[in-house]
Amino acid sequence: MASNHASMFTNPVLKWVDERFPMTGMIKEHLTEYYAPKNFNFWYYFGSLALLVLVLQIVTGIFLTMNYKPDAAYAFGSVEYIMRDVDYGWLIRYMHSTGASAFFIVVYLHMCRGLMYGSYRKPRELLWIFGMLIYLCLMAEAFFGYLLPWGQMSFWGAQVIVNIFSAIPFVGPDLAVWIRGDYSIGDATLNRFFAFHVIALPLVLIGLVAAHILALHEVGSNNPDGIEIKKNKDPKTGIPLDGIAFHPYYTVKDIVGVVVFLMIFTIIVFFLPDMGGYFLEANNFIPADPLKTPEHIAPVWYFTPYYSILRAIPPLFGSQFPGVIGMGMATMIFFALPWLDRGAVKSIRYRGTLYKSFFAMFIVCFIVLGYLGVKPTSVWGQLGDWATFVDTKERATWVARFLTIGYFAFFFLMPWYTKADKTKPEPARVTMH
Amino acid sequence: MSGPVNKSRRNTIIAVAAVPGALTGAAIVAPLVASLAPSERAKAAGAPVTVDISGLRPGEKLNVEWRGKVVWVMKRTPEQVAAFEAIPASQLTDADSKKSKQPDYVNAKTRSITPELMVMEGVCTHLGCSPTAKLTPGEMGNDWPGGFYCPCHGSKFDLAGRVFTGSPAPTNLTIPPYKVDGMSLVIGVGQDGKEA
Repeated sequence: MASNHASMFTNPVLKWVDERFPMTGMIKEHLTEYYAPKNFNFWYYFGSLALLVLVLQIVTGIFLTMNYKPDAAYAFGSVEYIMRDVDYGWLIRYMHSTGASAFFIVVYLHMCRGLMYGSYRKPRELLWIFGMLIYLCLMAEAFFGYLLPWGQMSFWGAQVIVNIFSAIPFVGPDLAVWIRGDYSIGDATLNRFFAFHVIALPLVLIGLVAAHILALHEVGSNNPDGIEIKKNKDPKTGIPLDGIAFHPYYTVKDIVGVVVFLMIFTIIVFFLPDMGGYFLEANNFIPADPLKTPEHIAPVWYFTPYYSILRAIPPLFGSQFPGVIGMGMATMIFFALPWLDRGAVKSIRYRGTLYKSFFAMFIVCFIVLGYLGVKPTSVWGQLGDWATFVDTKERATWVARFLTIGYFAFFFLMPWYTKADKTKPEPARVTMH
Repeated sequence: MSGPVNKSRRNTIIAVAAVPGALTGAAIVAPLVASLAPSERAKAAGAPVTVDISGLRPGEKLNVEWRGKVVWVMKRTPEQVAAFEAIPASQLTDADSKKSKQPDYVNAKTRSITPELMVMEGVCTHLGCSPTAKLTPGEMGNDWPGGFYCPCHGSKFDLAGRVFTGSPAPTNLTIPPYKVDGMSLVIGVGQDGKEA
């Protein structure tokens, strides 16, 4: 609060502001007197990079809406117009499309950091939950945005995802019609997806990001050793002995990360904007055709682990709902992590072989499921004639089924293996190596 | 403030303010939710479609748009009909189409009014993609009798739209209501006069 902090400014205008608004207080609380552990490593770049990409997406998005038309008859043409006729339109659009994939790369690495160092453990459960809500919101944002260019992949991707809701017993079909605003994906759907993409979800996203940062600054950052720096405070100042001020120390560190990130980002924007079909799919340069599904369809890479799980689970009792449940659980189960982990230590540095094996298995499952999701189920051929008793001979489907079991085993067996794990003793103070 | 707080008075005032407040909130949300349902114009756009099938040759397939969905109209050859009729029931999830959607007047085996003329929604019963025609026997592995393959999640169907086991699709492709009047086919109105 303004009255609690002496103004850090001598400038009369800033002083005037400080008497009416908690500017000095906020700068101190969140920057100059927010003490973060001094042993942050490479993995700690991705939070600030996610914030950078969010700003980039909002700014480029605003400029795209100035030329885009959310109308089934004009949408595809208006995107081509941006690409060809608007000055630097191609750059703004490629920044936005590359930014979408960059967002997920950064967020997946950020989440992986959280898993490795136990950043979701007490007292950071709520911080983790806010982060997961951001992740879900981001997936919805990406999905709504993907319909807007009104290409073949836009159309059929939306068709599949909206039909996932119609698999819900009893209310499903009516729910799907309500989401689409029509009996099939059409103009009404495009218009409302535009509204969600450009205003509704960004507002929610910004609110969640604010909550995520406030929760972080309330409990303090975790670190690669997974120990609480607040346990060792300077008796005089009350500042954690292993803490350093976020500004200037980590702002400078993060700027180095930003420079490296932007180097990679601009190389992709200028030279590989479609990233060989992974960031922008070839079929999406064909206008939406409601009568013909493209020969090979796969979601954008950041959804493919879940898509693989959806595809791997066979229908039961004449309903495709089990696959949908499996896919939904695969995303939602992350919320339960703080309560599934019973380990004596937080960081992977002090965990035993048992945890490390399960963690490695999970990472392999996630990546291979992601790979299989971009390929057709026939990618690894058929099982031999000996396999007469199985429901499908597709090898890749069977691999995906085992990987799905592995994916869930990481979570469901976690209370057991984290407890049975032979952990190493944690150090009293953070280590620097 | 002085004197004891009258708690029951305070609770009554809170209830008097909160209940109409919640009702007002619901009254504002209800029309917003309702506005997302299909508009009157969208509801009115479901009229039947008439197709001239005089030029349709044996083995040929037409794609017709009806209610925003693709409907396949195909003249199956007698060999194609014989091929799908020879498929053992054990390879099909719903061989007799008991759990699948089709009008009462179509033959349960051929899933059509006459064996040759196939009228079928080209919409996968899994998640709504449109399967690709793979009509040549052997095209999808040695024992493939000819049929349809969904590119989205790999469901396979025979030429009667019946789903093979091991596919994620739970039921056979849907047959829309239709009637044949000489050389004109009407999709959306059944032989029994009922509209979909």
